[in-house]
Amino acid sequence: MKNSLGREVPNSFTPYMEDSLTSFTPIKEKDKVVKTEFLDSIKECFDLLKLSDGMTLSFHHHLRNGDGVLNLVLKEIKERDLKDITIAASSIFPVHEEMCELIENGNITKIYTNYLSGPVAKTITSGKMKDLLIMSTHGGRPFLIESGKLKIDVSFIAAPCVDKAGNGNGVEGKNACGTLGYAIADLKYASKVVLVTDTIKDKLEFVDLDRQYVDYVLKVDSIGEQKGIVSGTTRITRDPVGLIIARNTAKLIDELGLIKEGFSMQTGAGSISLAVTQYIEKLMIERQIKASFALGGITSYYVKMLESGLIKNLYDVQCFDLEAVKSYKNNQNHIGISATEYAGPHNKKALVNKLDFVILGATEIDVNFNVNVTTDSNGIIIGGSGGHFDTARGAKTTIITSQLLRTRLPIVKDEVTTITTLGKDVDIFVCERGIAINPKRTDLIEKLKDSTLNITTIDELLKKAHQITGIPKNVPHKDKIVGVVLASDGTVIDSIYQR
Amino acid sequence: MIMRRSLLFIPASKPAMLQNAEIFGADSIIFDLEDSVSVDEKDSARILLSQFLISFNLDKVEVCVRVNDLHSPFFVDDLNAMINKKVDTIVLPKANVRDVEFLDKFLLKMELERNILKTINIIPIIETCEAVNQINEIVKINRVNGLLLGGEDLTNDLEVSRTIDGWEIFYPRTKIAYACKARGIDAIDTPYINTLDEEGLILDTKKAKSLGLNAKCAIHPNQVSVINEILSPSIEEIEYASRVMIAVEKSNDKGVFSLDGKMIDKPIINKAKKVLEKAKKFGLKVGAKDEK
Repeated sequence: MKNSLGREVPNSFTPYMEDSLTSFTPIKEKDKVVKTEFLDSIKECFDLLKLSDGMTLSFHHHLRNGDGVLNLVLKEIKERDLKDITIAASSIFPVHEEMCELIENGNITKIYTNYLSGPVAKTITSGKMKDLLIMSTHGGRPFLIESGKLKIDVSFIAAPCVDKAGNGNGVEGKNACGTLGYAIADLKYASKVVLVTDTIKDKLEFVDLDRQYVDYVLKVDSIGEQKGIVSGTTRITRDPVGLIIARNTAKLIDELGLIKEGFSMQTGAGSISLAVTQYIEKLMIERQIKASFALGGITSYYVKMLESGLIKNLYDVQCFDLEAVKSYKNNQNHIGISATEYAGPHNKKALVNKLDFVILGATEIDVNFNVNVTTDSNGIIIGGSGGHFDTARGAKTTIITSQLLRTRLPIVKDEVTTITTLGKDVDIFVCERGIAINPKRTDLIEKLKDSTLNITTIDELLKKAHQITGIPKNVPHKDKIVGVVLASDGTVIDSIYQR
Repeated sequence: MIMRRSLLFIPASKPAMLQNAEIFGADSIIFDLEDSVSVDEKDSARILLSQFLISFNLDKVEVCVRVNDLHSPFFVDDLNAMINKKVDTIVLPKANVRDVEFLDKFLLKMELERNILKTINIIPIIETCEAVNQINEIVKINRVNGLLLGGEDLTNDLEVSRTIDGWEIFYPRTKIAYACKARGIDAIDTPYINTLDEEGLILDTKKAKSLGLNAKCAIHPNQVSVINEILSPSIEEIEYASRVMIAVEKSNDKGVFSLDGKMIDKPIINKAKKVLEKAKKFGLKVGAKDEK
């Protein structure tokens, strides 16, 4: 079966069709817990929860590559040789390498996630998992959970600090990681909830995780390593090509009139995005303009702008560095939000829909402006949507920035290897050799008609790339589908093949 | 009138840098076969650059090549490899009158032999005390369409240190500026060598501009935008020049008239023309905001 993008969809999934929004009927939240029980052994926890073959266990990724909780549960699954477990983790990182063996042994047979990198990604791409990988989005995941399409038996929520009543937060304790936005749907809708913590206090400064949903608190020595939350890409680029792209992106945003009093933005944590943010900051200072809010994963750069009064509020679904963690704890204008509030397609008030512009990256972009951030050009899984699909869909203007060539490969292609974000939601592509506007955005083309920027077409950029590199051959894939890429409403945009 | 603002050095031995050479907004690229290429890479750099120039279309920038100096063992091979239709200008290090005259004749001979219809220009690098004293003669050689100050080698020759203030190069900067302006060619300033110090680059470029130099070399791509911004006409200058030219049209060829209460005469009109010509060449928006 094929979807409206011409991509193959496995049976039993709903294909994506243009403008076919799946309806949303919320399921009931879990029953209120009268008394939270405190445990100090994962074995006791598994016994009490009667964890067994075929169950679905969920996790959040706020500790990113410093997470120890998923690995703790994996060890016990292995110890008990549980089979056919489904893992629903909002993201999976290289630190979760132990999962590979469990996939190969049939302990884990299905995974839901929004982002996947490292050894687990390679194992799944090579076709070693029995069932499918289901790649959702940051907004799509809570939609699946709250609509009952993803039923979680037990959610293990890493909670940096818990009080004696069973409430939790992300800002206290030795492994404070900031907001816990991706865990909220799991907290409210999983059949059973376990907060896993290494710090218990009498009283919390404030509560992110309400005890009324918490069945158990599991005290462990360590939930991971706080320093692992810092993403490797959260530094401003010094690369001259990256800076050219950043400078031209900032000029473009300015020429489009997007930097005006009260504007809103999500610029991301990539090295080019941060450089764009710096140029925007400079313009805001020069013209004494203040933004109403900045959104998304929050870094120290946004924190600095909040503290200097350039941004009124930060809406934070995930802290990307320790400065952001501190700010979330101490600054009342730095506001934590859930993934549903951030980007839920079932939430009309989702903040992504209020964005004036978003800046996103790309592994590949095609002549129809479809973007791939899920696989590389060889089809190997290297990431995933995260909030890419959601913000592109919601923001008034979506700008993709990337070098035209990465090593010897063109980023612009006739067709992307895997569609992560739909071309109809992407407005502009900025690279070092020009700026291409989606022909559907005639308003933007009109606004930029007298621009001194190098405005060109995506076809022209493809031609330029091919002039330099030649036309690369497509890497063939095997027939077996190893995963699917979902739109935020759960319909299938594309399939990922065995390599 | 030659009009460069920025000339970016790119080592000819670095393929990744060659590939991106044109994207940084430099008016000219100086592909370097001299100091940035080690002796054991001279051959390979020459071959790489030749192939690159054949394969890549660089018609939006001036293609310059800094060859090794005339007394080095690499000079003839460099020129043999680089004299072709793709190269606009040869940048000659350690230049003096005799060497530039020799290169002038050598280029003429090669152009005829190779049926190259255009004239390949020369930018001599003024980096010896002898060359400073010969500036007025060097600029008279036909192919010379700019002089480049080589501050580091020159101060070595003078046996003084480079300083932030740059007083030690005040005299050659000034002399180059006057000689070039008198001939209508580019006065090109020495590069600012601390590539991490943007503020220093801004001050140094502004100082060069204030002395009459109209262009500056960059040794890192990140320096180009700073140089271009400082050495381009400002928005205010362009707007004023546009208004002057509108007023000229309305004045019905009166030699002298007033604008905003100030007298406008030939020198101001000529300056306005130059500003607009530069703005056009550099792709800046031209036009008056409003007419008062």
